[in-house]
Amino acid sequence: MSRASQRDTPSEHTPQVMGELIATRRVGAYHHMTFVAPGVAELARPGQFVALAVGGDTSANLLRRCFSIHKVSPSGTYGGTVDVVVAPRGPGTRWLTDLNTHSEVNIIGPLGRGFPLPADPVSCVLVGGGYGSAPLFWLAAALRERGCHVEMVLGAATKDRLFGVVEARRGADGVTVTTDDGSMGVQGWVSAVLPDVIDRSRADVVYGCGPMAMLKSITDIATAHGAVAQVAVEESMACGIGVCMTCVMPVTGNDGLTRMVRSCVEGPVFRGDRIRWDAFDDGRCRVPEDAYGAASMRGRR
Amino acid sequence: MIDMGVDLAGMRLPNPLMTASGCAANGRELHCFFDIAELGAFVTKTVLADPRSGRGTPRMAETPSGMLNSIGLQGPGIADFAQGDLVWLKSVGARVLVSIAGNTAGEYADVAAALRESPAFDAVVGVEVNISCPNVANRGLVFACDPLSSAKVIALVREKLPRNIPIFAKLSPDVTDIVEIAGACVKAGADGLTMINTLLAMVIDTELLRPQVAGVTGGLSGPAIRPVAVRAVWQVRAAMIEGRIRTVPIIGVGGVRTGDDALQLVAAGASAIQVGTATFNDPTAPVRVNRELAAALQDKGFARFSDAVGIAHTRLDQGR
Repeated sequence: MSRASQRDTPSEHTPQVMGELIATRRVGAYHHMTFVAPGVAELARPGQFVALAVGGDTSANLLRRCFSIHKVSPSGTYGGTVDVVVAPRGPGTRWLTDLNTHSEVNIIGPLGRGFPLPADPVSCVLVGGGYGSAPLFWLAAALRERGCHVEMVLGAATKDRLFGVVEARRGADGVTVTTDDGSMGVQGWVSAVLPDVIDRSRADVVYGCGPMAMLKSITDIATAHGAVAQVAVEESMACGIGVCMTCVMPVTGNDGLTRMVRSCVEGPVFRGDRIRWDAFDDGRCRVPEDAYGAASMRGRR
Repeated sequence: MIDMGVDLAGMRLPNPLMTASGCAANGRELHCFFDIAELGAFVTKTVLADPRSGRGTPRMAETPSGMLNSIGLQGPGIADFAQGDLVWLKSVGARVLVSIAGNTAGEYADVAAALRESPAFDAVVGVEVNISCPNVANRGLVFACDPLSSAKVIALVREKLPRNIPIFAKLSPDVTDIVEIAGACVKAGADGLTMINTLLAMVIDTELLRPQVAGVTGGLSGPAIRPVAVRAVWQVRAAMIEGRIRTVPIIGVGGVRTGDDALQLVAAGASAIQVGTATFNDPTAPVRVNRELAAALQDKGFARFSDAVGIAHTRLDQGR
């Protein structure tokens, strides 16, 4: 995408801070949490994430939990704050959502590369699945500041799994909502409404965040309708800082070569048409045979 | 101030703390959190002859006080490493312990020979021979499970490197008698031992009722395996004290999260300490553990780190 040239990379010194939880509230099936995180908020860009340690210093859950940044306030009353949206699903996320205000959490961030922003005031569609929509409102504001037209499409299984519908109506030029069960908006998946939204708004860029199957669908539709997809992936990470090599996925580079790249440092945002969707199946991702270094894996377990 | 310096098979290090292979990539990432030249040594991700994509995903499962990983030694291959990552490591002043492996014993030797040709070879303070990966030529059995296979690799690598570069055999705890393997490696020319690599383990996803990682089995690491590491270091050190194995330095690794954890391995006989999985939780863990270990030793009245190495063996009879 020629117009989207700005890529954000982590700074030379990535902040690691004890962040005080100053607000936590339930929003549907999720918890919206605000931390004072001096140094993190000031550097962050839409699409970047934070890695939170869970369970305290002697926790049996060693791996950090990564959350895309919902919003930042660089100069709040308490210093810079960072907001994340957490779905209590396992022991780590439940520990977080059970925290009382004034608890402290070790936070590393901002991490990863954020959404590239177009240099020109183009038309954009932002698509969020479930609480994958969390970073999109902040992105919408940044795009509108640049004069972009911003449409949002929010989809989820049920009404209580949608995140940010009210915020979307305030922050976008148009909002379409879908639910699988029809409890709010159009019944069906975002893929049912997306072609029409892209065509109607003559969109050049489609930004997406949500489950992998949805991101593939967004990419296919965007490509078919002449738009570029920029998607933020959700891969399970152990560290979030590029040292564990667990969050890799096959992505094709400018040189046409596919590599197993780390979604934490080279993503989480990728051009949708660069991801090798053919390698994903049934919750797993294999290494494409033509990937760099795949030949030396053959004949081995 | 306590003297944390250590002589590791002829290599003088300012302190005994290191990263652990495969838990720190090749340095640039952690350098965003602390100056990696502060480490006693930086231990690189295991490098083989050719570039490797690693395995598919999922590659990881969290376990109680640890994790299972099945990465498949993803990496650039020795040519790229020798011209790229190692040159960068030298440029920031890091002392480097290079971890190498091969699919066959001959490939280990080739990797060692290629490493020697690196323009940054003078940053290398040692080579860690990761014999805990499967031997393709020998039905996929791990070299470190067999004393003869281990000895062959060590002898071939020793031949390819200058005498002043110590080589360390990295051992697997998944053996009946780790002392036998350690003895075979030392006899074959290992200047030291690194103990322990991960334990072979498995996690089942109970929702899908299938193995959680794509590679089916993986290596278990983290504080959960620390007592296994302490036991392994203890047994091999005891064999050295008894004269059954020539005395060489042991690098202790396995589940170290705090200075107190490191002290257990030191007291059992480790002359240096690697911090691995804890780095995922706290990127500054290797340098933090060094500070905590220094404070703990000072509190106990030690003037030198080296005085504490293996000290638990001298206190065995007390209280009997």
